Amino acid sequence: MSTTAQPRDMRPRDPMIEPGHTYASVTDKIAAVVLTRPLGIGWLAGFALTFTVVMMLFVAISWLIIKGVGIWGINIPIGWGFAIVNFVWWIGIGHAGTLISAILFLLNQKWRTSINRFAEAMTLFAVACAGLFPLIHTGRPWMAYYMFPYPSTMGVWPQFRSPLIWDVFAVSTYGTVSLLFWFVGLLPDLATLRDRAKSRYQQVIYGMLSMGWRNSARHWHRYQSAYLLLAGLATPLVLSVHTVVSFDFAVAIVPGWHTTIFPPYFVAGAIYSGFAMVLTLAIPLRKAYGLEDFITMRHLDNMAKVMLATGLIVAYGYFVEFFMAFYSGNKFDVFLAEQRLHGPYSHFYFALILCNILTPQLLWFSKVRRNVALLFILSLIINTGMWLERFVIVVISLTRDFMPSAWGRYSATFWDYATFVGTLGLFTMLIFLFVRGLPAIAIAEMRELVHETDEGGQL
Amino acid sequence: MTDHHHHPHLHGVMGEFETPEQLLHAARAAREAGYKHVDAYTPFPIEGLAQAIGFRWTAVPLITLIGGVGGGLTGFGLQYWCSAISYPMNIAGRPLNSWPAFIPVTFELTVLGAAIFAVVGMLALNKLPEPYHPVFNVERFAAASTDRFFLVIEARDPKFDVAGCAKFLQDSAARHVTEVKDEQ
Repeated sequence: MSTTAQPRDMRPRDPMIEPGHTYASVTDKIAAVVLTRPLGIGWLAGFALTFTVVMMLFVAISWLIIKGVGIWGINIPIGWGFAIVNFVWWIGIGHAGTLISAILFLLNQKWRTSINRFAEAMTLFAVACAGLFPLIHTGRPWMAYYMFPYPSTMGVWPQFRSPLIWDVFAVSTYGTVSLLFWFVGLLPDLATLRDRAKSRYQQVIYGMLSMGWRNSARHWHRYQSAYLLLAGLATPLVLSVHTVVSFDFAVAIVPGWHTTIFPPYFVAGAIYSGFAMVLTLAIPLRKAYGLEDFITMRHLDNMAKVMLATGLIVAYGYFVEFFMAFYSGNKFDVFLAEQRLHGPYSHFYFALILCNILTPQLLWFSKVRRNVALLFILSLIINTGMWLERFVIVVISLTRDFMPSAWGRYSATFWDYATFVGTLGLFTMLIFLFVRGLPAIAIAEMRELVHETDEGGQL
Repeated sequence: MTDHHHHPHLHGVMGEFETPEQLLHAARAAREAGYKHVDAYTPFPIEGLAQAIGFRWTAVPLITLIGGVGGGLTGFGLQYWCSAISYPMNIAGRPLNSWPAFIPVTFELTVLGAAIFAVVGMLALNKLPEPYHPVFNVERFAAASTDRFFLVIEARDPKFDVAGCAKFLQDSAARHVTEVKDEQ
């Protein structure tokens, strides 16, 4: 028996929180980012840049409203284009926030504590970006209220048998419940900021937002009850949202869309891209604000493992799509599968396989998962891959319908790109505002974690 | 000395503790000593503390259930009424009450109703928003959101008297004991 080699499972695990922290030190460190830290050139430059991009988004939307959706690359038969690609991409990104805040909470995964708050913020901002696309894709966004059931003089109602109406209810419920969940989680932390605020306007703003929360044991008892129930409600909700989004495709008879694998494969893809986005945000955030004590290698490693697992489910989904196309013997499905490999958009498909399946296999190696820079690059690659996936699904199927007379081509215009990049700017700008306006890590939960962990930062 | 009206400007007596264990111990001792109106304030939820101050049952789950059932019935009822009663459309003899197609919206509104009721119910039962509360008059109380643990024996307690409560808290290892004034 060798005495030098330690068995794998005996290696000390990375701490969830660096040793030596107290209730006061975690509170000081997180609250200081919001209350006392000067703005700094990095934040100002980043905010200015993203703000400029948001102005571009406003120009793009204004021009769209003036000229109509003809400024985009959409046509007949490709009526969906970038708007729906981006909608599905953004809404999927939001899913990781809910997974971390709700599902990992129910599973008692304590490592979620230091990443749940900004992951939930990411969810809200991603849902905001997502919701924008179907709204402006209607072409007449001021008529969007037609989608809600209201008593009109025309006497007609929305078509409740259509997945597109299910989508309206699913996404608006998701946005509302995510906001409620986020606010409930924030309540004790807003009170913490109120108690520590030095300037008058900080005291007034955080005082109003915290609603007079006073950390009473009775309040905590009801609070925990409500939080647990919200987690239980958000869990099936998050699974339902991307399921309903996949119904937008799967209920149609279009080749490549009409498959039963879509709901689970969409949900897995959503979590895959969402965790990639959490990493894209967490890695610069912990660096910029010195939060490596709280967002440790343990977190990065765990998130990388979740990405690997969901990435494999997505790979399985791609495999089943091909298998079922050939197994069914349906000539349209077979033709579409061949179009993905050999058609005019095959380079998108191969780029997708490279980004989503091949490159992420590097995550099997512990050395890669622990290399922060490499992990950041991989998270960007996976985000790109998931965007390509939605492009492949939307565009290849719509350009290769049943009859050659209905075939077409699609290419995005400047305004398509301006709108998409604009929402990236909006998302990033909101993140910039969030990290300086609200605690990016749940302070009360971190105090609880200090209480629960031992001196080595282990449970 | 046992009536609240004898202490018109006093909310209670507050003891400050350094660890959750000390507070939990003191809260249990207060209960055993016969104090009924006791509240504890902690920077994070502490298991068993609510029970120790005599608070077990909360209506939040029941309110959530009501919100969920109400949301679900509203969701299904809305779709049924729109599709089968208000504007029935006979499309090749298909059933007007096509209930499987109504399930997604019913589900979403169930979750929405339950979630809104859970949050609003929790806030309402906690009587929030409540901008003023006497405990905020104690300067040291700001540490309740950092690293100090507080126990308050309230003036409306039948057994309340200032000196007795102060002594009780000191004997229970409270580091600071202060009166909580109520200026309203």
